[in-house]
Amino acid sequence: MAYTKRYDGRKFDETRKMEAKVGIIKNANGSAMFRFGDTIAIASVYGPRPLHPQHLQNPQKGILRCNYDMISFSVGERIRPGPSRRSQEISKITEWALSSVVDLDAYPNTVVDVHIEILQANASTRCAGINAAAIALAQAGISMKELVTSVSIGKIDKTLVVDVDKTEEDYEEGEGATDIAMSFKSASGELSHLQLDGKIKEDELREAIKVGRDACKKIYEVQKKALKDMGE
Amino acid sequence: MISEKKQTEEKEKKVREIAVPGETIVSGKDYLPGDGTRREGENIVANKFGLVDISGRLIKLIPLSGVYMPRMGNVVIGRIENITFKGWIMDINAPYSAFLQVAECPRFIKGDLKDYYNIGDMLSCEVISVKNSGIDLTIKGRGLGKLEGGIITKINSNKVPRVIGREGSMIKLIKENTKCNIVVGQNGIVWISGDKVEDEIKAREAIEFVVGKSFIDGLTEKVKEWFENKPLKKIVKKTEGKK
Repeated sequence: MAYTKRYDGRKFDETRKMEAKVGIIKNANGSAMFRFGDTIAIASVYGPRPLHPQHLQNPQKGILRCNYDMISFSVGERIRPGPSRRSQEISKITEWALSSVVDLDAYPNTVVDVHIEILQANASTRCAGINAAAIALAQAGISMKELVTSVSIGKIDKTLVVDVDKTEEDYEEGEGATDIAMSFKSASGELSHLQLDGKIKEDELREAIKVGRDACKKIYEVQKKALKDMGE
Repeated sequence: MISEKKQTEEKEKKVREIAVPGETIVSGKDYLPGDGTRREGENIVANKFGLVDISGRLIKLIPLSGVYMPRMGNVVIGRIENITFKGWIMDINAPYSAFLQVAECPRFIKGDLKDYYNIGDMLSCEVISVKNSGIDLTIKGRGLGKLEGGIITKINSNKVPRVIGREGSMIKLIKENTKCNIVVGQNGIVWISGDKVEDEIKAREAIEFVVGKSFIDGLTEKVKEWFENKPLKKIVKKTEGKK
């Protein structure tokens, strides 16, 4: 049976309930929380600050360091705390997704640290993490060209859906599930990150990117509102 | 008097726009991009998160948060971190450490540098140059030099202009009401020194009040009110707590 109706009653182009909050960690230079339904990510930004050991310093531009971490109680079965192959990959991906908008030339010899913690996971954690990190960087007063907004698009059997959750990710009937995480720059709408697990045809991928871009516009409004509310 | 009151009320109502990075603030060739903004074709686009300040043709962003970035001419308060043969290395609450040369000291220095300024001393200094190789400081000038006694408090460096006020009006008010000597560094470090600890704490609370209530116009009036009503009770509580 084809996937004609989402199990939780959402429309195909509808995300889960989103919430964003800025300035939640007092001692960080910038911090934010972003949630997609049950997926909650918090990001904290420290810096620009001097980078040690000194041989890692770059006198031409600053360095962006991201660290993604899932807290052991964030999923049903306890996961081992600390870095894993998966979390290291996502840290690197987040770094690449954000580094194209952060103006690192303004901060030579320094480092900007971004720590992303997943408090609760129900798929799309990297997207929630990137969304939180983008607004946390903005709040830290770091000069950025624009914001980054991220969303996951799924191909469940033959239908494209926005913001995949765990149940949909594990769908096995028909063609199965394909999870495509993607990030867009807010103003120019350029892609800054795209990841694909599973099988998809070229024209379907094009369609998925189009759907993702539209979904990101809604997410951007949530991010923008969180920042503006914080300023007042 | 009445017209003045109306004016302040109007000012309070006028909320300045907040811009997020990548957001178009205004479009048109007439405007000039200032701090924290850039031009993209016809539009002036925000480069940072902050309040939009339009003065004439110039568009500026006033940041709300973020670390202190040193600029030439800033008076900052720093702590001595290390001593070398040529001078003192100082922590000025910025991403880079700063250097104070022996030659930039107004006194004649002979022998051990430790005997003049030691590690952990607080100095108020002026930034004389910001280069890629580092920041240079001087303590030649009025009001610069070692800060002895008193208390130190840290505030958000973006709120320093509010604490100082227009032409120093706010800081003058706090100084008069607490009989304290206050130095506000552009890096967000504030030094308060008075005869009594109670006065120093009162001054610190006043500064915290200003920082918490920033971006309200007519703040000087509010602080005057605050001095008239609130502090006495609090001071009594503080001293009780100490006993």
